[in-house]
Amino acid sequence: MKLHEYQAKTVFADAGIPTPDSQLASDVDGVVSAAEEIGYPVAVKAQVQVGGRGKAGGIKLVEDADEAREAADSILGMDLKGYHVDRVLVEEAVDFVNELYVGITMDRGEGKPVAMVSTKGGVNIEEVAEEDPDAIAREHIDPSFGMHPYQARKAVYDAGVDQSVARDVSSVLTTLYQLWDDKDGADAEINPLMVTADDEVIAADAVMNIDEDALFRQPELAEMEEEAAGGDELEQKADEYGFDYVRLDGNVGIIGNGAGLVMTTLDLVDHYGGQPANFLDVGGGAKAARIANALDMVFSDDNVDSVVFNIFGGITRGDEVARGINEALEQFDEIPKPVVVRLAGTNWEEGMEILNEDLVTVEQTLEDAVQRAVEYAGEVNDQ
Amino acid sequence: MSVLVDDDTRVVVQGITGGEGKFHAEQMMEYGTNVVAGAVPDKGGQEVSGVPVYDTVHEAVDEENADTSVIFVPPAFAGDAIFESLDSELDLAVAITEGIPTQDMARVNKRLSETETRLIGPNCPGLITPGEAKLGILPGNIFAEGNVGLVSRSGTLTYQVVDSLTNRGIGQTTAIGIGGDPIIGTDFVDALELFEDDPDTDAIVMCGEIGGEDEEEAAAFIDEYVDTPVAGFIAGRTAPPGKRMGHAGAIVSGSGTGTAESKISALNDAGVPVGDTPEEVADHIEEFLA
Repeated sequence: MKLHEYQAKTVFADAGIPTPDSQLASDVDGVVSAAEEIGYPVAVKAQVQVGGRGKAGGIKLVEDADEAREAADSILGMDLKGYHVDRVLVEEAVDFVNELYVGITMDRGEGKPVAMVSTKGGVNIEEVAEEDPDAIAREHIDPSFGMHPYQARKAVYDAGVDQSVARDVSSVLTTLYQLWDDKDGADAEINPLMVTADDEVIAADAVMNIDEDALFRQPELAEMEEEAAGGDELEQKADEYGFDYVRLDGNVGIIGNGAGLVMTTLDLVDHYGGQPANFLDVGGGAKAARIANALDMVFSDDNVDSVVFNIFGGITRGDEVARGINEALEQFDEIPKPVVVRLAGTNWEEGMEILNEDLVTVEQTLEDAVQRAVEYAGEVNDQ
Repeated sequence: MSVLVDDDTRVVVQGITGGEGKFHAEQMMEYGTNVVAGAVPDKGGQEVSGVPVYDTVHEAVDEENADTSVIFVPPAFAGDAIFESLDSELDLAVAITEGIPTQDMARVNKRLSETETRLIGPNCPGLITPGEAKLGILPGNIFAEGNVGLVSRSGTLTYQVVDSLTNRGIGQTTAIGIGGDPIIGTDFVDALELFEDDPDTDAIVMCGEIGGEDEEEAAAFIDEYVDTPVAGFIAGRTAPPGKRMGHAGAIVSGSGTGTAESKISALNDAGVPVGDTPEEVADHIEEFLA
């Protein structure tokens, strides 16, 4: 779960990391009054979960009320890479001489957290990592002890940060690690961490991703989740149903059990010349009602022209799946989109008996089922 | 022969009084697994399907000589349950639980490096030596005794590939589901090493997926140390960057690491053919064994 910039900044500021003065606004007058209060110049920043907001016109620097009004008018309500902007952060513009990067993430290869510092802040850090890996100092942290103070200092000096601000940058890094640790962070990042002419450091942006599996013990952050969600309508619906769902660009709807097998079904759709419309994993042990919900979700995607249902039962039972499919389809006078079903594993024979073959096409193998669904999707497009 | 589990394995099931724990303890016993104890806090003295329950794993070890645990404990308590296994000096702990916070696993990972216990998982289906024993939730009826070792990050994908093999009359020595999380105990390299050392394993199937660099490391290991022929499969060729595809570990990073292309080309460079479909993987194995 990714926090919005304004949420992450609040979390960082509460922990004592210096952040610019800012206010959230959702209408033009609100933006102007916030700007007046903070004092010009200010930055007006769209609060949506996409990278490259500045280039896409979602961040504007303004010098007076007219400019503030104009910026608010153009940013509020805009469509930014598919996300509707309904709030902006109005923020004091910081005069800086240097931009640094500090971040904490989990190094999955090592199975331990890593702190990173670079003097090449203000640009995409993943590009820096690729083009000039030595420009990022890394310090692995033993999670049973936490980050020793010397490790923060070492990372800061290894990165080549100037001695005049080293103590303050170390302190920000230490606080960032504590936050990451306390809040079950996946990533916590400040890019840029600005250095002013009088050697103050200030977090001009804030990124905080929370481990979704840990939200049960982060109630304050879980409350922020609703606000942070945003984005695609179907992905939100999937959240409500508790499905692992990702929307894609194609027209073959895909439902299955188990992440690896669903990914494989997507890949096979592509392999046989079709285009997957989504990833939908119903998880293990799904009962009939859950299966019906999955089908309902995929049907409600207008891009979908056919659906392939691929279940290999371990703890999921073929008879439950078949009942769910019947239940979902029997409510229609006419089936909205052709459905191809392949059942294997636990109770697949019982499932086959239950399935109403007037409503679905049954195939015995994964390969056949995918090819049939791709064929159906193609026919719809040819019409 | 087999690796890690056979009919001598003495199993304690952590969480045996829960719905999943009870059901799968029974399934394991039905398959022939030697389940000797359950361990559930405050439930000591009870019996579940004829199996004595203890309050702690230590007691289960002392009283019943358990040497392996299978963990069906809810995610909030599963990290602690794994620590209990590691501190009880078992040979093997298998964590089925999905959704354990990653920071809990980082702490477990640190402790693992200090003990002799091997961890499989978490977020995995477990492992099976067909005809002898299974630890976890794999459906025993699709497996057959034979000479192919299988290691996979995904449960149901394992079943799909095993089904293709078994339908052709190709059985398995042991199949190991190592799990779909970013931090896991036993990885591909560990499993490949076990199969390479097993005289009865004549071919290996390795099913990977997008995310992380475990498959690339496995490819380098195979190139240097593995003589047994290996066939691969990689799920997630069509996954877009930045989206978590179900498994917490299955995500292509924004900078493009963890892609299927990178894994497939690393495996090909190590002489490992990678099937475009699960059936093609079975084709390769059939050729190896011909």
